[in-house]
Amino acid sequence: MSPEILELIVWSTLDTLVMVGLSGLFGTLLGLPLGIFLATSRANELFPAPVANRILGLVVNATRSTPFIILVVAIVPLTRLIAGTSIGTRAAVVPLTIAAIPFIARVIEAAIREVDQGLVEAARAFGASPLQIVEKVLLPEAMPALTLALTLTVVSLLGYSAMVGAVGGGGLGDLGIRYGYQRFMPEVMATVVLVLIALVQGVQTLGEAIARRLDKRTRNS
Amino acid sequence: MNASFPILSGAPVPLPSDVQTRPIIAFANVSKVYPSRKESAEVVALDDIELQVPEGAIVGVIGKSGAGKSTLIRLINGLERPSSGRVLVNGTDVTALDERGLRQARRSIGMIFQHFNLLSSRTAFENIALPLEIAGIAKSGIADVVEPLLAMVGLSDKRDRYPAELSGGQKQRVGIARALATKPKVLLSDEATSALDPETTDQILSLLKTINAELKLTIVFITHEMSVVKKLADRVAVLEGGRIVEQGTTYEIFTHPCHETTRKFVGSITGGTVPEWLVAKLRPDRRDGDSAVLHVGFVGGDADQPVLSRLARTLGVDVNILHGQVETIAGHPFGSLFISVSADPEMLRGIIGELRAGQNTVEHLGYVS
Repeated sequence: MSPEILELIVWSTLDTLVMVGLSGLFGTLLGLPLGIFLATSRANELFPAPVANRILGLVVNATRSTPFIILVVAIVPLTRLIAGTSIGTRAAVVPLTIAAIPFIARVIEAAIREVDQGLVEAARAFGASPLQIVEKVLLPEAMPALTLALTLTVVSLLGYSAMVGAVGGGGLGDLGIRYGYQRFMPEVMATVVLVLIALVQGVQTLGEAIARRLDKRTRNS
Repeated sequence: MNASFPILSGAPVPLPSDVQTRPIIAFANVSKVYPSRKESAEVVALDDIELQVPEGAIVGVIGKSGAGKSTLIRLINGLERPSSGRVLVNGTDVTALDERGLRQARRSIGMIFQHFNLLSSRTAFENIALPLEIAGIAKSGIADVVEPLLAMVGLSDKRDRYPAELSGGQKQRVGIARALATKPKVLLSDEATSALDPETTDQILSLLKTINAELKLTIVFITHEMSVVKKLADRVAVLEGGRIVEQGTTYEIFTHPCHETTRKFVGSITGGTVPEWLVAKLRPDRRDGDSAVLHVGFVGGDADQPVLSRLARTLGVDVNILHGQVETIAGHPFGSLFISVSADPEMLRGIIGELRAGQNTVEHLGYVS
């Protein structure tokens, strides 16, 4: 491989990391409160709002069932509004974030629902407010599961980010399509795939290690 | 076999009189009805509950599962709201409080749980600190409260251990320390020993008794085990189908159970149930040469009198002990004895009259050959 191609691969990897990092960050900032709300707003829960819960649930499901490549095209006006452009790596962060929010909300909801309701009852018995229960009980107790959920999200975003090449986003997927596929450079395609595999492995291993450190439930004296 | 029945020597212990102090908890006409939903009919969880808990007392509520115990104890700290009636705690009607008021009131009511409900992500110290953090106590003041509590429950050396590293008994000790962190006046215990082995149960019960005595803490506990009531309670309420079918001092309940449910609970402890082998031999009618079988409950002052030997002396009858048990209930002796006496009907009346002296109970069960 020529040095030019190698440089391209390095830049594309950085592009991918930026896209995944930013959309993961923004997705978590918006998806976390949404996930907490979904996990605590059914009737008889901490913040009972069953109607809002149902409506947001429907919106989340609708967004998640839209194929990502269609979502990217469908929200181009929004992308242009937020990013100022609809092509390039910066623009790609918008659809990635939009796709990440409902995904993150659902995995966070599931992680929080795993927390033993007895702990919530105990906290209520000690006079905790609903917000205190979220802050002092639900989030800390769900932390190992939340870490794994976010790991899953990042891995999914790595996959999604490979698709934004189709609308002029950069990154490894774009490189693979343009050089590996359209210019018949199988060695570029193979390298792209190998880098992606390494990234997924790295993220997964790191996420699991953090979750294990946070999990105090199985430690034995 | 001739037998006297000396249960305890020495001066008779005075019976606990009904505590007359101001009730710290009072239920007035409390009912809880879960309204019907689609398929299921409405459920009456509690029906017209009247219950007073004297300050400083240990009151046990016993009942089978589904009797309404959990609902009853959760009405005290407002985790459940009644459908009608009032619950007064320390002079405050908790049923009239809004959520904010309830949160404040709950800080003076501690609670411990069957499955401990400790946060797995926090150490023993941090778990005990939780109610203090919730109450907004400054971090600097927390250790001053938590360290003595750890010492009191004997876990100073487990300060930085996580619940997963503690035994069941140790977890419940942390639970107790956590419940006491905000210096409550009342401690609620929701089946706190039901997940523990008998030995650990005894340790936890004696810890609760110590706390009750030293901190003048009122304790209300629910349980389905009469042995826990026997070891812990001053007073008992028996709950069945959402109603209190019987209540009184522990000694009264054990020695004079009136309701069928109470008898079953009590019988499992005091030997008040007729042994299997005797049931098989019992006949309702008398034949020649038969002996009458009596079940005698020796109570209070008479529990340490030589009643049987006096019987043999004054009436000249031989008494045969078939089955018996002596228990200490709330610090007082209580004997339950199955005896057979060979006597004609006339004489049997005399014997029963003699045995009934004092507070003893006598039940004529039938005859054996």
